[in-house]
Amino acid sequence: MHRLQWEEAQQKDVILYPEGMVELNQSSAEILKCCDGTRNLAQIVNDLEQKFATTGLTNDITAFLEDALKNGWIQQN
Amino acid sequence: MAGSNKTNPTTALRTGITPPRWLLAELTYACPLQCPYCSNPIDYAKYQSELDTEDWRRVLTQARKMGAVQLGFSGGEPLTRKDLPELVKHARDLGYYSNLITSGYGLTEEKIVQLKEAGLDHIQVSIQASSQELNDHIAGTASFQHKKEVAHLVKKHGYPMVLCVVIHRENIHQMPEILAMAEELGADYLELANTQYYGWAHANRDLLLPTKEQFEQAEQIAQAFKEKVAGKMKIYYVVPDFYEDRPKACMNGWGTTFLTIAPDGVALPCHSARELPGLDCPNVKDYSIEQIWNESKAFNFFRGFDWMKEPCSSCDEKEKDFGGCRCQAYLLSGDMYAADPVCSKSPNHPVIQEAIDSAKATALADNEKPLIFRNSKNSRLLS
Repeated sequence: MHRLQWEEAQQKDVILYPEGMVELNQSSAEILKCCDGTRNLAQIVNDLEQKFATTGLTNDITAFLEDALKNGWIQQN
Repeated sequence: MAGSNKTNPTTALRTGITPPRWLLAELTYACPLQCPYCSNPIDYAKYQSELDTEDWRRVLTQARKMGAVQLGFSGGEPLTRKDLPELVKHARDLGYYSNLITSGYGLTEEKIVQLKEAGLDHIQVSIQASSQELNDHIAGTASFQHKKEVAHLVKKHGYPMVLCVVIHRENIHQMPEILAMAEELGADYLELANTQYYGWAHANRDLLLPTKEQFEQAEQIAQAFKEKVAGKMKIYYVVPDFYEDRPKACMNGWGTTFLTIAPDGVALPCHSARELPGLDCPNVKDYSIEQIWNESKAFNFFRGFDWMKEPCSSCDEKEKDFGGCRCQAYLLSGDMYAADPVCSKSPNHPVIQEAIDSAKATALADNEKPLIFRNSKNSRLLS
């Protein structure tokens, strides 16, 4: 129902859905790209912390994913 | 500085112009339905020519390149175009998020599957009322049962189920039943579109405009339902601007976001803009989308704020609503530069109350005049 794609003209990732579009900042897009159905929350946090060489992302990522779930951008298995 | 006087006029013009995001492709004015609030122009019957497949492919390619991403295939009834699956496929290849805006009439399971395979993202089915009798009366065609079947098939084949019901005086009392129907059909999105009074709806306004009490009651019911289904069904409620005291930010501002291409190839900043005089709307057969969007007279006509008159030009809300709708200003005041009369600051605002009173008087009259249905015969009679 929702589609995540890179928009060349806008130079950003967007989520497309009926009658709407959400423009994503880089961190939101990075988190959503990890939601591929194979990783759990802990793995997503771990992967992103490694990728961006940082720590302490758990709370931010959890809060964002809760919003994403509420908006229907992702589904929970 | 050397060369500073060599500014390319085209580049200068482009400063501040945002690219299109939303493309409405009106593939045809042909339609098996006759809804008396149709958004097509009253005189649609005189526009017989239609763009061919190659024209549409080019339009889609050019608009996508500029940044258009949401695409609506509309009409008339877009299913009457034999090349629809090909255009859907081309749109998908280009990366559009595409929507088929349909009456459902003539949509079979085979076509639903074929369009899915071609890459269509969603289907918006319109239903005119919650009862067969009223639906078929408003649509001017026996279509109710088929529409419900189509809605089930859309859901069955994994599309988001987008249901659209246009609200007016004839069906506003059915709001609870309309909402129950949306739930029964498993709608993921429900668009409750209060009629906007242009074109055919303008001609039928006395018969379609509900009273304020009817609006408020219906809105209350819809609001309670919205809370009840939160998280399961998303409701888009298009407000009836005749009962607002500020105008809508029409089209998100002229020439900022929306691009409509009419069946004959005329490019419009909004789907009603054909009604405005002197815009010389360009045709995609003569110009590229980029030329049309950036350089044409029509798309620059109401860009920005320089065209505004008082009370808009000094209004502190002008950046919020852009003076409202140009087509509504023209239809209701005869002046397309005027403030939208919906605005309580507009000197023409009393015409709104007159329209409301006139509709109420018509509702109370014993001999209601009949609705003018949208068909070629009436189109020729009225234009």
